[in-house]
Amino acid sequence: MPKFSYVFGLLVVISVLLAACAPSGAPITVEVTRIVEVAGEAPTPVPPPVAGGERLQTVLDRGKVICGVHGSFQGFGFVDSAGAWSGFDVDFCRAWAAALFNDAEAVEFRGLSAQARFTAVQSGEVDVLSRNSTWTWTRDTELGLTFGPVTFYDGQAIMVKKEIVSDPTAGLDALEGANVCVQSGTTTELNLADQFRAANVGYTPVVFEDQTAAFQAYDEGRCDAITSDRSQLATQGQAVLANFADHVILDLVMSKEPLAPAVAQGDDKWADAVHWVVYGMIQAEELGITSANVDSFLSSQDPVVRRLLGVEGELGSKLGLSNDFVYRVIKLVGNYGEVYEKNLGPFNLARGQNALWTDGGLMYAPPFR
Amino acid sequence: MIYKAFWRDIRFLQMLAQGIFVILLALAAGYLYVNVTANLQRQGLTVGYGFMKNPASFDIGESYIPYQASDPYQRALIVGVVNTLVVSLVGILLTTIVGVLVGIARLSTNWLVNKLAAAYVGVLRNTPLIIQLMFWYFGVILQLPSVKQAIELPGPAFLTNRGIYLPWTETTATFPAWRMYLILAIISVFVIWFVLQIARSRASIPLSPSWNLSYLVIPVLILWLGAEIQPAPPITPYLPELAGLNFKGGLRLTPEFAALLFGLVLYTGAFIAEIVRAGILAVSRGQVEAARSLGLTNGQTLRLIVFPQALRVIIPPLTSQYLNLAKNSSLAIAIGYPDLFSIAGTVFNQTGAAIEIIVVMMLSYLSLSLFTSLIMNIYNSRTRLVER
Repeated sequence: MPKFSYVFGLLVVISVLLAACAPSGAPITVEVTRIVEVAGEAPTPVPPPVAGGERLQTVLDRGKVICGVHGSFQGFGFVDSAGAWSGFDVDFCRAWAAALFNDAEAVEFRGLSAQARFTAVQSGEVDVLSRNSTWTWTRDTELGLTFGPVTFYDGQAIMVKKEIVSDPTAGLDALEGANVCVQSGTTTELNLADQFRAANVGYTPVVFEDQTAAFQAYDEGRCDAITSDRSQLATQGQAVLANFADHVILDLVMSKEPLAPAVAQGDDKWADAVHWVVYGMIQAEELGITSANVDSFLSSQDPVVRRLLGVEGELGSKLGLSNDFVYRVIKLVGNYGEVYEKNLGPFNLARGQNALWTDGGLMYAPPFR
Repeated sequence: MIYKAFWRDIRFLQMLAQGIFVILLALAAGYLYVNVTANLQRQGLTVGYGFMKNPASFDIGESYIPYQASDPYQRALIVGVVNTLVVSLVGILLTTIVGVLVGIARLSTNWLVNKLAAAYVGVLRNTPLIIQLMFWYFGVILQLPSVKQAIELPGPAFLTNRGIYLPWTETTATFPAWRMYLILAIISVFVIWFVLQIARSRASIPLSPSWNLSYLVIPVLILWLGAEIQPAPPITPYLPELAGLNFKGGLRLTPEFAALLFGLVLYTGAFIAEIVRAGILAVSRGQVEAARSLGLTNGQTLRLIVFPQALRVIIPPLTSQYLNLAKNSSLAIAIGYPDLFSIAGTVFNQTGAAIEIIVVMMLSYLSLSLFTSLIMNIYNSRTRLVER
């Protein structure tokens, strides 16, 4: 019975193999993220995903925060030719590093494209995303993200060449038949369609994967207008366009764009740590604590200040952080206003809605008690 | 009969090797599946194609089928598939022409033609396609003058940084009637062929070759009768002209389409040129000499002797280049052409359905490639050397 003996032999080998390949340990994430730009040093291996509540410990054990940012957006997230990162969003990454490790440089930045950013958070590739991302219903629910406090209240705007529309108070109907450059993978792309549809104005979108390419094509005359968040139009416009004075940003507000950091859903402890660092920076500005004068506040008798800076009480340790985490953040990075002024001041971007609530803005931290 | 121990039997060992391979493959697939489902569950995400019916709410710059923002996601994806198909088909057509011409030029004894062709192949084959696309888009097409200062070429055709406008034709009211006459004329050719076949098989003496004239006379007669019934021409010229801020009429190639098409055609053409050259050189010298000694002219030698034999060498690698062109069209996103990859990227980003969209994309490109392969394989089996 030679045939039977083959089959029997095969069965024996198969069962041995199957036994050897029994289900292994923790699953490793499939890496579907595309990293667009990476800083000088080699990236660390992908961290294994963690079940709810373990991310904070993972980060502390690793000794640095992996932060998803924009790589080519001056003022918000930008890596220069020397590999140094700068920007408003980037400084929040530094703040988290300062709070966790008392070292503002204990961050590994990952430059992410608009397309890849949310997958990077979902898959655990980055601990936190600080990349001018709009907090929307879909992203909060279907994409499985938890957004933090809004760090920048933005709105979609449209920039036009002055030779086409010179009056900043013009409406969308002045753009009938226009070609509009826009970046793909953004809320902007959808708002653009909604707004023009609502206004019943015909237009042609020209969609680019990369914001810089969109600005370049607009500058070369491919489009009559370009749309993006107002902050992007102002900063990128000054940084990229040949002559910013030839363009006008219309007053029209096309959408609400609350930009906020995001972490993966289902890890409240890590989300709390991320959120309260941002609130600490806002609260510090409200109390007038800056990186320059924070040491003098340590001897303050004001209980609010003492609790915030960790001189008394144990607010930090309840978050799993050190009690003086706000002190570290303010000392090493600065308060909200300082970060804003340092990164966005050069672009003459007025505080507007991003002023403190005491100044008529929307920046408001819950009480530290 | 002596039985060998099964572990020494070569047939068993071969089966074992194949069995192990299949098991490893299944384990790898199973691992990936478990990993994905576990991760999705951890994130509380679900997989399904329910979202495809939801309105897309984004606009697409150019589409060959009617589309608006209120159409569902699946419609948007079809627009992407059609856009990819259009650029691939036009690209394959043009790149074949470019490749064959340059391939022959590479073999020319004219020094200048030969060296120019060699330089073209050298430069285009050895730089990345994405850089060439960027060059064509940002470096050439967007540098063209604005609509007001458009470059006018005879035709008239206009080159602007908003697109390239070419003369085109427009169908008139008599087009359906004319289409019918044309179909009738084509059918008549087949009918004549059929009738002549039967007549030849029944005739006792060979039919006069002058009967072949009927292939020409009868279709022309049908078309002439058609012209008597419908004297108005079926198509009229449709020329681009400046109307307000933009050109109206004619065939408009958007800057994105034009840049993508130029880039793909010239890049793939360089590879095809080398394939064509290799194919021609593969035909033995003796064949050309034999053709000459039979008194065939240069053109006849190339057309009747060299090319049919070269085709056997050319077709298989040519198929790969066609597939490459179609797949490379996914680089369109860098220069803003809304191909399948670009639109699928947008849909993925708006819905978060990464896995579903990637599956749709892979299946679309796979079917496109397999279909191209199928056509080319049929053609290949027709040109293949029939061995007895």
